Amino acid sequence: MLSIQDIHTYYGDSYILQGVSLELQPGQVVALLGRNGVGKTTLARSIMGLTPASRGRILFGDQDITRASAHRIARLGIGYVPQGRQVFRSLNIREHLQVTARGNGQWTPDKILDLFPNLRSRIKSLAGKLSGGEQQMLAAARALVGNPALLLMDEPTEGLAPMMIRELGKTIASLKEGGASILLIEQQLNFALRYADIVFIMNKGRIVHRCTPAELLADPDTKARYLGV
Amino acid sequence: MMFWVLQSLNGISYGMLLFLLASGLSLIYGLMKILNLTHGSFYLLGGYVGLAVLHLTKSFILAVLLGSLAIALLGVVMERFLLRRLHLQEMPQTLLTFGLLFIFSDLAMLIWGGNPQTVPKPELFRHSLDIGGMVYPSYRLFIIGFGLFVAAVLWWVQEGTRIGAMVRAGVDNEEIARALGINVSLLFTLVFAFGAFLAALGGVMGGPIVGVYPGADFEVLLLGFVVVIIGGLGSLRGALVGGLIVGLLDNFGKVLFPEFALFTIFAPMALILAVRPTGLFGKE
Ligand SMILES: Nc1ncnc2c1ncn2[C@@H]1O[C@H](COP(=O)(O)OP(=O)(O)O)[C@@H](O)[C@H]1O
Ligand SMILES: [Mg+2]
Repeated sequence: MLSIQDIHTYYGDSYILQGVSLELQPGQVVALLGRNGVGKTTLARSIMGLTPASRGRILFGDQDITRASAHRIARLGIGYVPQGRQVFRSLNIREHLQVTARGNGQWTPDKILDLFPNLRSRIKSLAGKLSGGEQQMLAAARALVGNPALLLMDEPTEGLAPMMIRELGKTIASLKEGGASILLIEQQLNFALRYADIVFIMNKGRIVHRCTPAELLADPDTKARYLGV
Repeated sequence: MMFWVLQSLNGISYGMLLFLLASGLSLIYGLMKILNLTHGSFYLLGGYVGLAVLHLTKSFILAVLLGSLAIALLGVVMERFLLRRLHLQEMPQTLLTFGLLFIFSDLAMLIWGGNPQTVPKPELFRHSLDIGGMVYPSYRLFIIGFGLFVAAVLWWVQEGTRIGAMVRAGVDNEEIARALGINVSLLFTLVFAFGAFLAALGGVMGGPIVGVYPGADFEVLLLGFVVVIIGGLGSLRGALVGGLIVGLLDNFGKVLFPEFALFTIFAPMALILAVRPTGLFGKE
């Protein structure tokens, strides 16, 4: 459903993505791993049209979204959970769900709040006043309420307390059970491997390894070389 | 005592006109990060177009509506075809709006000449009211009520509607708003046109009080900037409070110290800036 074909992306003169290819089939959870600064977020931004690739192609379903505008890409059905949450600090929780609600899929604001009961109890709170964990839930909730066909999560566990990470894990597990397709960018190896069907590893702007979670667990060399664990 | 009451009312009514101007200026800056110098032109052209409609139709309501809508349309064209090409390039955008301010100023001179024009008051508000033994023009009171009404509507749109929340989302984080499916480009056009509409509204409604004359564009633009600097860029409340402050300062300055009129505005502004660099209600 998502097919990234040899894309090259620059920030001005800095050559960041140097020919990245990646495939994701419907219903799959794909983990994208790699150290800090290897280009994972840049790949997410290229998919979303925020930093479009200057060469190569990105297909979503049968649509070429390589140079589509960000809001069109989102409306085609990619739900973006950006790194660092980036909630709208002057909007409360209800308003977040209001402005991004779209489509008549299974996720209504009410269903979303069933999934994240913490958010329901603070529905009128400004996002800027929420804890990091709550903000992460909100970032996921506002993406889901757009009823995306694909969820793109960029380091959702970053900076979260262990309890919140477990909470988030439960949510991802239930989404996966419901047949969701997810591209999960992570640095927390164990967290990612718990939910992934396939793992891609990135290094210096390239995909350097592709395997199953079981294969990666049994491969200390690759882990040490590219993930530093 | 009566002197103070009546002069305060004068200042407040003028402050409401400044609020109409500054709210758009502030809204546009908040979302688009553009310091729109053409805003003065919107005010002046709104006044002239409204006056032309008034001569044609003899209807003040039509003058207000058509005058403001015409300028809103001008705003749409300007945003779509000019500003959009310079997205996120602050300096070029500001220079563009600066250039257009002069172009529109000359165009207005060419079309409507150099003589100040007076705008007759609407029939309904031609009389004066008796306030504690002094007569006061009802039109000015109407302007005050109308300004408060606009402030209430703006507040409701911003805080109580989905589109208002979308605009705030765009102000908070434009990129992420786009990436979550909000059509921020469309919001840019709407907000810019709406800001132009409000400025033109000020131009037409202010006509019966201050007239429509060459140079009014620069004059109100300067005061509009003082308003948003005092109130805080991007803040609706700041535009209202700042508008009232500047309206009062301007009026009392002109009445009490005519030779220092500008000083009475800029000295308090400098003072407020020294204490609160982001203005009374500005963020950060
Ligand atoms: N806005 C930017 N402008 C220039 N360089 C950037 C920008 N954002 C990231 N980079 C650089 O791009 C590289 C990849 O960054 P990023 O995609 O954020 O990596 P990751 O998400 O894997 O940590 C880094 O070297 C980073 O310094
Ligand atoms: Mg990153």
